[in-house]
Amino acid sequence: MTSLSPAELDALRLSLEVALRSVAFSLPLAILVGYLLARSRFPGTLALDALVHLPLVLPPVAVGYLLLVCLDSQSATGRWLLAHFGIELPFTTGGATLATAVMTFPLMVRAIRLALESVDRGLEAAARTLGAGALDRFVSITLPLMLPGILAGLLTAFAAGLGQFGAVITFASNVPGVTRTLPLALYTAIQQPGGEAAAMRLALLSIVLGLLGLVLAELLARRVYRLLGR
Amino acid sequence: MLRLSVIKRWDGFKLRAQLEAPTPGVVALFGRSGCGKTTLINIISGLLQPDEGRVELDGVVLTDTRERIRLPVERRRIGYVFQDARLFPHLGVLANLRYGLHRAPKESHAIGLEEVLALLGLERLLAHRPHQLSGGERQRVALGRALLSQPRLLLLDEPLSALDASRREEVLPYLERLRDKLSIPMVFVSHHLDEVLRLATHVALMEAGEVVASGTLSDISLGPEFRAIVGPEAVGAVLDGVVTRIDTAHGMADVQVGRGTLHLSVPDTSVGARMRIQLLARDIILATEPPRGLSVRNAVEGVITELSEEIGQAILVRVDIGAGAAVLSRVTRHATDALGLRVGMTVWVLVKAVSARGHTYTTGERP
Repeated sequence: MTSLSPAELDALRLSLEVALRSVAFSLPLAILVGYLLARSRFPGTLALDALVHLPLVLPPVAVGYLLLVCLDSQSATGRWLLAHFGIELPFTTGGATLATAVMTFPLMVRAIRLALESVDRGLEAAARTLGAGALDRFVSITLPLMLPGILAGLLTAFAAGLGQFGAVITFASNVPGVTRTLPLALYTAIQQPGGEAAAMRLALLSIVLGLLGLVLAELLARRVYRLLGR
Repeated sequence: MLRLSVIKRWDGFKLRAQLEAPTPGVVALFGRSGCGKTTLINIISGLLQPDEGRVELDGVVLTDTRERIRLPVERRRIGYVFQDARLFPHLGVLANLRYGLHRAPKESHAIGLEEVLALLGLERLLAHRPHQLSGGERQRVALGRALLSQPRLLLLDEPLSALDASRREEVLPYLERLRDKLSIPMVFVSHHLDEVLRLATHVALMEAGEVVASGTLSDISLGPEFRAIVGPEAVGAVLDGVVTRIDTAHGMADVQVGRGTLHLSVPDTSVGARMRIQLLARDIILATEPPRGLSVRNAVEGVITELSEEIGQAILVRVDIGAGAAVLSRVTRHATDALGLRVGMTVWVLVKAVSARGHTYTTGERP
C-alpha cells in the first residue's frame, strides 16, 4: 500500500479530466436553465424543472442506458454527430464526460437557481435607472452577485462528477485509460482476486479528493462572501 | 416642466394623480405613509407602468398609454435615490459612482466625478466598500452615483427615512447644496415636514392616492389639505423672506416677510440670504391695537381674511401681512368673540423671536 501504480494514476487523471470538462461544458447551460427556472414564467417551466431533475431520481444505470439508446453509433443522433462533427461518444472519454455532466447537471442548476433567487431585484432596478440595459445588468450586477452560488454549484457538481459510476460504466464502458475513472478502477480492483490493497488505495484517494474539495469550497465561499461584504 | 396625469390600480388601492411642477426646482411629494407617493415616483421613473395616463418631462413624453409610448427605464435618464441606497455590494465606492457615469451618453455629461466628490464630501470614502459605510455615507454615495448618471431629473424616495436624527444631518445639508448649486430638477418623497421645509421649492400634497393640492409651500401651508396631513400641532404658515440685518452677538436676524420685518433668533445667516420660516399657528398672538410694553419683539400689522373653525373650540385666523404673505393664528372661540375678530379687521400679529423655525437658502434665485 505504498505508491500509486501507473494505471491508478491514470484513473485519477481521468477522473479529474472528466469532472472538470463536464462542469465546464454544463456551466453555461446550467446558468441559462437556472435563469429560466428562477425568473421566467413560461408554461413549460414545470416540465423543464422535472426533466432537469430526472437524473437525481432515476437509477444512474438507466440514465446511461438512455444515453446509449439515444447516442450510440446505430442511432440517428449518433450517426449525425459522427458524420458532421466526428464526435463519437460511447466508449470514449467524451462519453464519460457527457454521462457525468448529465448526472451532475441538476446539482448545478439547483445551486444557481437558489443563488439567482437570492439576488436582490432592487439592485437590478437601481442599475436600470443608471442606464444599464438587460444584458448589461445581467453581466454587471446579477452574475457577480450569483457568484457564490455558481461556485458552490461548480464545486458540488465537480465533486459529484469525480464519483460518477453507473451512468458512466453503462454509457462509456470500462476502458482502461479512456473511461476508467477512479470509481470504475476501484470497482475493477474489487472484482480482481488480490485487488484489496489497490481497492483500499483508491478508496483512500477518493476520501482525500473529497476532503480537499470540501475545504477548498469553504475557503472560496468565505472569500467571495467577504468580497460581497456580507 | 414635469407634467403627469396617471391612474394605477391594484389590490384595492387606486392611484389617481395629476401634477404639474416647474423645472428646475425641488418638488416634495408630501403625505402620510401609504398614500401613493412612492408609487407615483416609480411611475415617473418607469419602474412601474400606469394603467392609464401620460408622463412628460421638459417636453419629452416618457409614458403615454394612449399613444403606446413607454420609454424604457434605462433610456429615461432619470436618477433614482432609493430609501435603502441600493449600492452594489460587489463594487467599491468608486466603481459604484462610475456605474452610471460610464453608461450616460457622452454628449450629456454636465457634471464630473471631481465635482460630485467635492459636492458630497466623498473623497475620503472612495476606497471603501459599501458595507463599511454608515447609513448617511451610503445615501451620499447613492446620491453621487445617481448624479453622475447625468440625469434630467432626480427622484429621491425618502432618502433620509432609514437614518436616525443625527445621521440625517450627514445628508440634509448636502441635499440643500445640490438644490442650490445644480440645476437638476428633483422630486422627493417625504413624510417629514422638516425635510420639506428645508428642501422643497414646490409641494404636492398626497392623500389616498391623489394629489390633493400643489403649489409653493407658502401657499400650500395655508390650506385645509395641509392642516389635515400635518396635524393640529404643526399647523402654521410657511413664509419666504429675506434677511435684511444680522446681529451676530445675539444670534438674531431681521427677516423681511410681507410688509413687516420679523426679528428672529436664527444663527448662521447673512444679509441678503433667502430664509424660509414656519410660524406655528399656536405660537401666534393677535392684538387688535398696536401693542406696548411686551417682551415680544415682533408686531406686524395685517388684515384678517379668513376665520375657519377647527375641531375643538378653536378658530384658525388667517391674517394677510402684505405682498402676498399670510400667517395663521389659532385663537379660542372665546377670545374671538371677546375681541370681535372678523374678516376685514386690522390686527397686529405678535411673534416670539424664538418660536420661528428658519432655514436659509444660500442662493437668491429660488424661494
